[in-house]
Amino acid sequence: MAEQEQKRPVRDDSDHEEAVDVGAAQSASRGSDRLKGELDDLLDEIDEVLESNAEEFVKSYIQKGGE
Amino acid sequence: MPVPKTLGIETEYGIVHRGVDDPNPISASSLLINAYLSRRSQPGVGPGSPRVGWDFVDETPHNDIRGFSHIGSMAPEVETHLVNAVLTNGARYYVDHAHPELSTPECADAMSVLRHDRAGELIMIESMAAANEVLPAGEELVVYKNNSDGKGNSYGCHENYLMDRATSFAEIVQHATTHFVTRQVFTGAGKVGCEAPWMPEGSIGFQLTQRADFFEEEVGLETTLKRPIINTRDEPHADPLLYRRLHVIVGDANLCEVATLLKLGTTAIILAMVEEGFMDPALQVSDPVRALQAVSFDTGLSQPLLLADGRTATAVDVQWELLEQAQKFTLQRGTELTGGPVADLVLLRWEDVLTSLESDPSELVGVVDWVTKKHLLDGLAERHGLGPGDARLAALDLQYHDLRPERSLFARVGAEALVDVPDAVAAMEAPPDDTRAYFRGRCLQKWPADIVAANWDSMVFDLGRQTLRRVPMMEPTRGTREHVGTLLDECETVAELLGRLST
Repeated sequence: MAEQEQKRPVRDDSDHEEAVDVGAAQSASRGSDRLKGELDDLLDEIDEVLESNAEEFVKSYIQKGGE
Repeated sequence: MPVPKTLGIETEYGIVHRGVDDPNPISASSLLINAYLSRRSQPGVGPGSPRVGWDFVDETPHNDIRGFSHIGSMAPEVETHLVNAVLTNGARYYVDHAHPELSTPECADAMSVLRHDRAGELIMIESMAAANEVLPAGEELVVYKNNSDGKGNSYGCHENYLMDRATSFAEIVQHATTHFVTRQVFTGAGKVGCEAPWMPEGSIGFQLTQRADFFEEEVGLETTLKRPIINTRDEPHADPLLYRRLHVIVGDANLCEVATLLKLGTTAIILAMVEEGFMDPALQVSDPVRALQAVSFDTGLSQPLLLADGRTATAVDVQWELLEQAQKFTLQRGTELTGGPVADLVLLRWEDVLTSLESDPSELVGVVDWVTKKHLLDGLAERHGLGPGDARLAALDLQYHDLRPERSLFARVGAEALVDVPDAVAAMEAPPDDTRAYFRGRCLQKWPADIVAANWDSMVFDLGRQTLRRVPMMEPTRGTREHVGTLLDECETVAELLGRLST
């Protein structure tokens, strides 16, 4: 939990996003370094919200073909 | 002659009715949409309400005979027939087969489509909230923006591009196919497992796309069986002597905004190049159906594809060649017909993405869906020591596409946003300025009670006289704000509008 202080930025502002990119000095990666660093936090969240009975959830997700 | 690349996207969403023993996806979809329409009809909820909604009472698949009735304030739960509504943003929101489907309005560039695609997601989120308010406790509707249930059932995300009727269809087939097979490296939404019946079970752990498993033909009319890479539905929704509409059924629904922008933007440029005869005839993938799947299965991006001239190249190599041609084309011909400054942005991001795919695909987390999803899958598998076939990986795959903000895994990634949220919210109500959708949307905002029918290429007004007045809109680039904005502002009544339109 050493990285708990890292807050996921709200990414609804492209100007803000640009500023992050300059820091990353990697125009192609667009903040992915930060994302990588956040994987642990992200996995904590996924563990929290992922359907608790995965098997049952996957089995019951049935759709009719469309189009 | 190239024509302006007016374009749009239709998304069929997955729907789950939780808390009932025998869910019916058709009535669930109707309830979802009617709940949204009713909520937006309430006075004081959002500008431009109430909504005008229409039902296709007698709708049958592949049949376009339409009947209309006003939804008004009927309680959502008593609506059992298939709903079909036109929204004030010019979009169509309806039940298609057993799915809620939202077609964006016609847009003039890929960024405008992206904005309306995001608005569509927000409409789904609001629809869920509205439906769940009227459902009994313990029941819930959940909407997924994906294209497969992992059990062999697929539903589509279709793109539409306006094209010159004079362009040879064979040319379109050849070059568009090459692009569709290889663009999967950035359009793929990622999928755990494989649903192609001819593949041994367990042979594919993860693939780039949701859809490649379902394609069996190169060209054809079908969309539900033996799906073709190039669909031949000829329904231009525009002057059929001037235009065709290329109906593209091979793509995935994307959540990453950059992926949506590139899917539409690169394809629009490629199609303009086909119209101009600008494409390199040698750049053609052999056996495209097999190649479509080979690319989708190739998470290492190293599979060589056989080209028609005997060379081999990876999908990324082919994309580099297409990009170089597109850059040359844009230098020579400009971007007037392919989205203006948006086309320049598309070229820039196309290059960025190919560069990252070659050097370090993990740079594309939050940019390309399959990379993002794989990042999460690999992380979860490592953390918990999950092996291939573990249900938690399949659950993560599905829940990546869950649109409930509190449950969506995609929403937690912090993906790169190109559309500001307030702009997407505005696009739930407002049509684009620069296509005929502007006329449709503004009329629906201003005179909902006087409109009895709306379609892509016409509107029917009721002036309270014996006959209805039909206004054809066969030219997708007319009816823009520039063209009719002042007129719509100045007219108080439909009678005045129609009078001035006919002079």
